Amino acid sequence: MPESKEIQELILRIAKIIIDELKLEDITPEKFDPDMDLVDELGVDSMDLATVALVLQDEYGVFIDEDDYPKLKSIRLIAGYLQSRLQGAKG
Amino acid sequence: MQTVSSLLDKQWYERYKAISRLNIRSSIYDVTNQCNLRCKGCFFFSSDEHKAAPEETDIARWEAFVEKEQERGVNLAILIGGEPTLHLDRVEAFYKRLPTFCATNGLIKVPRDRFPDMMVGISLWGDEEDEKLLRGKDAFAVSSRNYVGDPNTYYLYTITPRQIGRTERVIRRIAEAGFKVHMQLLSNDEGVEGFTWTASQLADIRAEMDAMLDRYPRAVISCRYYHEVITTGRMLGRPFGWMECPSVTEPMDDRQPQPKRLIRFIRWAADLQTMHRCCTSATRDCRTCKDGAAHMSWVMVNKRAHLTSAKDLQNWIEVYEMFAKLYRFIPW
Ligand code: SF4
Ligand code: SF4
Repeated sequence: MPESKEIQELILRIAKIIIDELKLEDITPEKFDPDMDLVDELGVDSMDLATVALVLQDEYGVFIDEDDYPKLKSIRLIAGYLQSRLQGAKG
Repeated sequence: MQTVSSLLDKQWYERYKAISRLNIRSSIYDVTNQCNLRCKGCFFFSSDEHKAAPEETDIARWEAFVEKEQERGVNLAILIGGEPTLHLDRVEAFYKRLPTFCATNGLIKVPRDRFPDMMVGISLWGDEEDEKLLRGKDAFAVSSRNYVGDPNTYYLYTITPRQIGRTERVIRRIAEAGFKVHMQLLSNDEGVEGFTWTASQLADIRAEMDAMLDRYPRAVISCRYYHEVITTGRMLGRPFGWMECPSVTEPMDDRQPQPKRLIRFIRWAADLQTMHRCCTSATRDCRTCKDGAAHMSWVMVNKRAHLTSAKDLQNWIEVYEMFAKLYRFIPW
C-alpha cells in the first residue's frame, strides 16, 4: 500500500527538525533516509531525542513519553508514532 | 553527513552497537556523613559537605526514596559518602532495587553473602608513603586482604603529582594482588603543598598512565583518550569547566546555553532531600577540577561531536566502554 501523503509530509517535517536541532550538515529533508537507524547510524542519544521530542510536542501537541524513545528508531517510526497519537487524539 | 557505519570497520561498528543503547542514567548518593578515615584532600570533608544535611536514619525512608529514584529513571546508583560500609542497611536499600556501585576505602569488607555481585570500588591514594601521609594509614594493606580474590572489586587509584615516576610500583602491587585498577587524578581541594598539578606534571603523568595501560593491559581499566582529556582538560579543542560539565545536578542546572549533560543526574545528600551542585565538592574551582567521572561523562555525552573521524569515534567508544566496564554494564 502506498504511503499516505500525511505520513510523507510528517517524515519531511521530522527530518527538517532533526537536521535543525542536531545541526546536521550536507543533508536535506528530501535526501534524509527515513529508515536510517538514528542511534546506530546517526549517533543520536536520549538528550538529542528529548530535544526533538520537545519540538514535536510544541508543534503537534503530542506528548512523547521517554519510555517510548527506544521504539523511535527512525524517522519513519517517529512519523508512524506521531500519526497514531494524532489519530488517537482525534478519535 | 557522517554516519557511524561509514566511519567504522565491522569490528568497531559491533563494539559501538554493543554500547550505543545502554542509556546509563546514574545518580550519586551520600550514604552517610561519617567516615572511618580522614584523608587530606577528601572533597567531602574539606568542603564541609558532611555538614550540609543531617543523615536520614529511618531505613524505611531510604527504601521509599530508592523506589522513587527508580521511578525517576535512575538505572545506576553510585554510593559514596562518607564511608558507605558504615551503614550497610542503607547500601542494601539500593542494592536490592537498582544496579549499585559502592565506593569505599576498603577497611570494612562488604559482606558478600548480602551483596554477592555489587561492584565495589576501593579508593587508593598512592604507595604506602603517600597513603600514610594523606590518609594516616596504609589502607591498601587492609583492603587488599579484605577483598582478595573478589571478582567484583577494583581499585580507584587517585594519582597525586608526587606519584610521578612511582605509579608503576602501585599498579604492580595491585596487579600482583589480582585486582583491576582505574586511575584518576587528585584535585587537591585542601591545597596540600606539593599536590597541585602543573602543566608539565600533567604531561608527564599522561605519558605514565599510557605506559601503565600498555604494560598492565589486564589490570588497568582505562584508555588513552581518557588520559588525554583528563590531563589536558580539553576535548576536541574545547576546554573543560563549568559551562561544559555534564555532572551538574539537573534541578540546579540553570546554565545557558545548556551543554550536553547526564540526563536526570542528581547528587543527593544523606538527608535524602538536599541536593549538591555536582558529583564533587561545590567549593571546587571548575577550572582546575580533575574529577575522573565528570571527564569520562563529558566525553560520553558528546557522542555526536566525535562523529568527525574514525579515530575520534573510536576514542569515544573506548571511553564509553571503560565506563560501562567500571560499572559492569559490559564484562571486563
Ligand atoms: S576514605 Fe573517602 S570519604 Fe573517607 S575521608 Fe578518605 S576520601 Fe573522604
Ligand atoms: S567542580 Fe568539577 S564536577 Fe563539579 S561542576 Fe565543576 S567541573 Fe563539574
